Amino acid sequence: MLKVENLHVRLEEEDKAILKGVDLEVPAGKVHAIMGPNGSGKSTLSYVLSGREGYTVTDGTATLDGADLFALAPEERAAAGLFLAFQYPVEIPGVSNMVFLRTALNAQRKARGEAELNAAAFLKVVRARAKDLAIDADMLKRPVNVGFSGGEKKRNEILQMAVLEPRMCVLDETDSGLDVDAMKLVAEGVNALRAPDRAFLVITHYQRLLDHIVPDVVHIMADGRIVQSGGPELALEVETNGYAGILAAVA
Amino acid sequence: MAVPALKLDGAQALLAAWPEPRGEAAWATAARTRAARRLAERGAPVRRDEYFRYTDPASLTVQPAIPAAVRPPQEEPIYAAIERVRLVFVDGVFAPDKSDAAIVEGVEITPLAEVLRTDIHWARDLFGRLEADGQTPVDRPLAALSTARATEGFAIRVTGRAAKAISFVYERSGEAADVLVRHLVRLDAGADLTLLENGPGAARLNTVMEVDVGDDAGFHHVRAQGRDHDRRAWTATFARLGARSAFKSFTLTVNGRLTRNESVVAMAGPDAVTHVAGACVGDGESFLHDDTVFITHGAPGCESRQVFKKVLRSGATGVFQGKILVHPVAQKTDGYQISQGLLLDETSQFLAKPELEIYADDVKCSHGSTAGAVDETALFYLTSRGISRRTAEELLVLAFVDEAIAEIEDGAIAEVMRQRLADWLARRRG
Repeated sequence: MLKVENLHVRLEEEDKAILKGVDLEVPAGKVHAIMGPNGSGKSTLSYVLSGREGYTVTDGTATLDGADLFALAPEERAAAGLFLAFQYPVEIPGVSNMVFLRTALNAQRKARGEAELNAAAFLKVVRARAKDLAIDADMLKRPVNVGFSGGEKKRNEILQMAVLEPRMCVLDETDSGLDVDAMKLVAEGVNALRAPDRAFLVITHYQRLLDHIVPDVVHIMADGRIVQSGGPELALEVETNGYAGILAAVA
Repeated sequence: MAVPALKLDGAQALLAAWPEPRGEAAWATAARTRAARRLAERGAPVRRDEYFRYTDPASLTVQPAIPAAVRPPQEEPIYAAIERVRLVFVDGVFAPDKSDAAIVEGVEITPLAEVLRTDIHWARDLFGRLEADGQTPVDRPLAALSTARATEGFAIRVTGRAAKAISFVYERSGEAADVLVRHLVRLDAGADLTLLENGPGAARLNTVMEVDVGDDAGFHHVRAQGRDHDRRAWTATFARLGARSAFKSFTLTVNGRLTRNESVVAMAGPDAVTHVAGACVGDGESFLHDDTVFITHGAPGCESRQVFKKVLRSGATGVFQGKILVHPVAQKTDGYQISQGLLLDETSQFLAKPELEIYADDVKCSHGSTAGAVDETALFYLTSRGISRRTAEELLVLAFVDEAIAEIEDGAIAEVMRQRLADWLARRRG
């Protein structure tokens, strides 16, 4: 589903190479995890895939079901089925969560040539999804992420994912800032969305999220490249020995 | 310091442009004479006045007024869903045939000209009084002109809770109409009134309102200034607030070449509340929008809020001058002021001059002013969810002005204002 080949990316502001030849393929129905030390380029990969400004692709390709992602604007990538759960969800004062969700869902449906949902139908969808994530009516009415706790923000990301039903979900450090209970709730939300025609790329610094969202493949990223790939046991090795051991072995 | 000849000559020209009202009661004539003297002695406004530093008043004083094309109304009347009594002015002249009967339970509505020919004590005590008080610390010559010459408008006395809103509608027909409209509003103790205003008014519109809010009374004012592109407007609202009373005013400005709205509010009784808010959207180098506010805390325990949001693009200019004065007696003052410009491109500008002058020591006053572009991080967040960049920008513009619109207590009216802004944005889609 998602295929990244020889991806090289520079951060424009600092004119610094961040990704130095990333190769990655996530097939439909699978969960891949990317782990790695700070500064290895994990978040940059998620931003480049979703189309954030400030990065220059100097070489390589990224495709979603064969479509060139870099030829698409961020909203077109979303309509094509890509979703990024942000590490730091953005606060948008003055825009209610409901308006935001409905505008987004209908924009995507429209872009795909589907009928827009009316208010009643939309409300039904959102209420069902929100309930599973313990998101109450008040959180839906409030401005997007404004005054939300860390856990509420991350749950709100998963709610968006559940409502928009993307096919390729990228989760950027969704576990950061979460206590154990909140992490379980988020993981349950993600697991509920696992499906044969949907894939996940879970970016995380720590192994503990992967206890709850069990990956099919774990990749270790270091200095802008994927240096090792393996099964879930690779995550446990990181937990036990840290990154130093693995990085020394592949150096 | 001698007043420059340019200003003195300008004052004479302004006074000469309007006939001296005749046949009025002695008290009215005296008030007019005093106002004419204030204007003659202090002079007409000029660009070099500190008070007009950011807004060139030349087009507000030049004789004759610069014509402005009349734009036929193209949308639903803005307050269509609100129960109200409509009083319609065409080119600044009351048009009874277009208006509803001026009958509202709890309210006495009288044409200004009639009031000035009789001896109605509350009007006598109000006409020109708040305007004169409002001439310090800065001159407001165009307000003195209104007291000296204006004959159109209404005197409204509210004795209880008004059963309906009163709605002034300012229509246009002549391309070059130069108009003075003057209103007096007196709310007795415990009274309550919602006053609505809308419409472009004239090629050049000068409206002045004096509002005396009695103890425990509430005055709610919502205004939508008309969309005609070349119209010019200078308005002033002078208010005096009694104990525990409330004065709440919101103005939406869409288009227009020059708009300057002045609010001069003096809280004379304890525990009074003043909210003054405004939102404007403007496009092009010829757009200038100026809010000039002066709020006096003259008694303890009063609260004031100023919330102004300006959306500017293609070379438009926004101006905010806002001052809070806290007298020594006004302990436990709670003052808040925010003015923000959202610049949709690099050619637009927002000029702000916030001022605090505080003589009491137990006071909470905060103020802030910002000018900036649409937040790129928020834009990315919205577009990453599938929302087009254009829609995302519109959402963020509406979100930006919403803090000002949220100052309107009536949810239905607030919703109409939001829709007007959304329509404005929709019309500008490329």
